[in-house]
Amino acid sequence: MKANSPLERLYNGIIKENPTFVLMLGMCPTLAVTTSAKNGFGMGMTTMVILALSNLMISMLRKMIPDSVRMPAYIVVVASFVTIVQFLLQGFIPSLYDSLGIYIPLIVVNCIILGRAEAYASKNGPVSSLFDGIGMGLGFTVGLTSIGIVRELIGSGKIFGMTVFNGGATIFILAPGAFFVLAMLVALQNRVKMKKDPAAAPKACDESLCAGCTNHMCASKKNAEKGGTQS
Amino acid sequence: MRELLMIAVGSALVNNVVLSQFLGLCPFLGVSKKMDTAAGMGAAVIFVLTISSFCTSLIYKFVLVTTGMEYMQTIVFILVIAALVQLVEMFLKKTMPALYKSLGVYLPLITTNCAVLGVALLNVQNNYGILEGTVNGFATAVGFTISIVLMAGLREKIEYNDIPKPFRGMPIVLLTAGLMSIAFFGFSGMI
Repeated sequence: MKANSPLERLYNGIIKENPTFVLMLGMCPTLAVTTSAKNGFGMGMTTMVILALSNLMISMLRKMIPDSVRMPAYIVVVASFVTIVQFLLQGFIPSLYDSLGIYIPLIVVNCIILGRAEAYASKNGPVSSLFDGIGMGLGFTVGLTSIGIVRELIGSGKIFGMTVFNGGATIFILAPGAFFVLAMLVALQNRVKMKKDPAAAPKACDESLCAGCTNHMCASKKNAEKGGTQS
Repeated sequence: MRELLMIAVGSALVNNVVLSQFLGLCPFLGVSKKMDTAAGMGAAVIFVLTISSFCTSLIYKFVLVTTGMEYMQTIVFILVIAALVQLVEMFLKKTMPALYKSLGVYLPLITTNCAVLGVALLNVQNNYGILEGTVNGFATAVGFTISIVLMAGLREKIEYNDIPKPFRGMPIVLLTAGLMSIAFFGFSGMI
């Protein structure tokens, strides 16, 4: 696949640099809204729309934004799109709006969006940035939906609201369940990685330190290095 | 007074910002390796969150509501918070170098802490006034500090344990957080 072609961007976002499982970005919404598969999917799609639009916009404006004020400029662009999408959701899908609640405006501080703006959209053309946003957003949707499916299935015996079995361990829908499910998924991923390469024992959190929303500057630096080698 | 106390206990313990609302999870997982850095981060968050929730409630009440621009809240809040953190940093650097030395490194990290924006938005959602909003911000930050310091204490002990290999690093921290979250459920009987 040619680098920066739309297809390559989609593959990169969904598989190679999946924001949830590989980069571990955007942990707050990942844990908070995945109480059911439907919520996870809705949050993922909402983030995808905002990510694609803001990537497109920032990429088009990249030559106009002075380097010294780029962070505030990105934040304003992202916040505007978040506000627009928030009102669209409130108007057209009120049930999703109610169940996601405060986490919709909080998409502004989602590190995936600022991270991609900094690492990719500010350096590449509008078309590949748009597809980069769509790819990353789809990857995020896949991550959230799969965590949502696991939690909903164990917690209430349903998938997308359809009953699979009766009963279930309610704790998986509550807050602690989110931590447990994510812990298991990461451990599973570590196990698979270790099978492939026994020397690759998981490092003690040095990487995850960079993955936090707070450290998005650090995270984007890391991404920038990666992006730099790709482009 | 009673109401303020209820708000404070509610947001510090019962609806703990990290363990039940999942806000500010990233510093919670990222900066909780050592007790002293965790305490430093907690202090910085208390400082910024109290000031920022005061400022955002003030701006919401006197600027956004009076001009009928409530729909701009997300954009205005995030910009106010970003500017405020910069100001606090400059102010501390100039006037209180000792405090700046201990909190300085954590301040830039706080801008994108979802808890700060989250509290500003929750204050609006719950119709809190300026005093209630400030108390809520302070209490939320205290709750954050309690959980991050507890977590750091646990992680310092975990270091010496023999953990199955795939669980080293992030997974064991997440499991610990899950158990702490169960423990914090115990507070829900309080109000």
